[in-house]
Amino acid sequence: MAQLTNRAKILAQKPLTFWESLYLPAIFKGMAITFGHMFKKKPTINYPEQKRPFSSVFRGLHVLNRDEAGRENCTACGLCAVACPAEAITMEAAERQPGEENLYREEKYAAKYEINMLRCIFCGLCEEACPKDAIYLSETFAPSDFTRKGFIYGKENLLIPHPVMEKEKFEMARGQREQQIKNK
Amino acid sequence: MIPIQFLVIDVWFGLEKLLLIGGIISFSLVVAMYTTFAERKIAGFMQDRRGPNRAGPFGILQPLADGLKLFFKEEIIPLTSNKSLFVLGPALAMLTAMLTSAVIPWGSQIEIAGRTVSLQVADVNIGILYVFGVVSLGVYGIMIGGWSSNNKFSLLAAVRGASQIISYELAMGLSLISLLMMTGSLSLKTIVEQQMQGGWGGFLGWNILYQPLAFLIFLICVFAECNRTPFDLPEAENELNFGYHQEYSSMKLGLYLFSEYVNMFISSAVVSTLFFGGYDIPFVNESELASSIGVNLVALLGFLTFFAKIAFFLFLFIWVRWTIPRFRYDQLMDLGWKKLIPLALANLLITAVVILTLNK
Repeated sequence: MAQLTNRAKILAQKPLTFWESLYLPAIFKGMAITFGHMFKKKPTINYPEQKRPFSSVFRGLHVLNRDEAGRENCTACGLCAVACPAEAITMEAAERQPGEENLYREEKYAAKYEINMLRCIFCGLCEEACPKDAIYLSETFAPSDFTRKGFIYGKENLLIPHPVMEKEKFEMARGQREQQIKNK
Repeated sequence: MIPIQFLVIDVWFGLEKLLLIGGIISFSLVVAMYTTFAERKIAGFMQDRRGPNRAGPFGILQPLADGLKLFFKEEIIPLTSNKSLFVLGPALAMLTAMLTSAVIPWGSQIEIAGRTVSLQVADVNIGILYVFGVVSLGVYGIMIGGWSSNNKFSLLAAVRGASQIISYELAMGLSLISLLMMTGSLSLKTIVEQQMQGGWGGFLGWNILYQPLAFLIFLICVFAECNRTPFDLPEAENELNFGYHQEYSSMKLGLYLFSEYVNMFISSAVVSTLFFGGYDIPFVNESELASSIGVNLVALLGFLTFFAKIAFFLFLFIWVRWTIPRFRYDQLMDLGWKKLIPLALANLLITAVVILTLNK
């Protein structure tokens, strides 16, 4: 058949020479290759002990932020819910009562704040929309769960630990955040 | 009536042998257990992976976890199977795998409380013949398991396995005859002791130096007898769905898989005994060493040397498995009947001629 292009490689199927039909030289060559691979560097990471570093712009699980005194930043304005393209955020607002000034920064706060992690596409538009720096995307991702219900994260899952009362946990939750903000 | 003092000696003798048998069996099982671990670990390394490393430090508890898992699995015996044979299959496979260890000399001898104890269960003068007999029995484990499962894949695999093992036994036997013509003895202990007589502390006496071709043929046949890659056709995963043990579950499957590793261990021991001087420590004169550090220590060193040789062959088994693809069935038969048997016969002839001319 005529060749349409000159790229086709024509294979000549020659019978094996005596040396090749012994198989053994080829086998030894192959064994040398596999033996060499035993000492190669392994690309695998021991996952729970070692973790791959996230990129500085990684958008993970959401965190509801507090200020230095430990008051919640969120005022339940609803801008994040409006900005959300996946409609994953719902909230209920409530008025701050006298005596609750140490809990909430402004007069209005979110009594209920839920994000459906199955709907969320982790675009980070909620973070951009927020005028109060009350929500940001962290460096962790949502762990697996057995039920759909388990993926609806409420305030108890989202709120950052208290910076005064639970200082260590707060530092851990903040992670590299301060550094990143400075870098930006 | 037997005099009482002979009776006492016999009790000691029996106890010795019983301890030795128990020791060898548990040692073989532990080694086989850790060969499965080594298999997975080395396979990982050869494929640039890490291998199992979760159970215990470096994953050394992995074989225990594997065994435990198999014990807890549901045991399924197919309704249409022949139940007694179905149960007999794996038991037979395991039994024949362990039987060969009886004639292998695991070390020279030790002295306890004035008694000299040989580190060999039975020094029968037909040692190699016994090995061949037991190896032939090994095919029953595969055959019975595959046939009683009442499954076409299993039966096909069992028939394959049986014909493969029978074909390669011929070449195996022929390659060994040339070795036996040199040694003039079938006793494994005598063969080892003859090798220890050679120069350089025994190293020049090793049979591999005089019978390299016989060694090569024997090694290839051992791979075939153990159903290891490239001859693992009886359990070809991708064409026969796991082969003769397809219907097996739980520890019955475990016994089949495990007997393969015991087989590997024992065949490595046989190869090292026949061709690599057994418990001979190369470049060391054992009898001189024994007079300076004692018989027991030399026996221990000899056993460790033997084990190092076995470990090398176990590694070779694994190494080859993760390098070479499986033979096609006609290639397998072609290699066995048309290449190895004529080669072994030629080797036999050459050895015979050389022995005749040298003895003249």
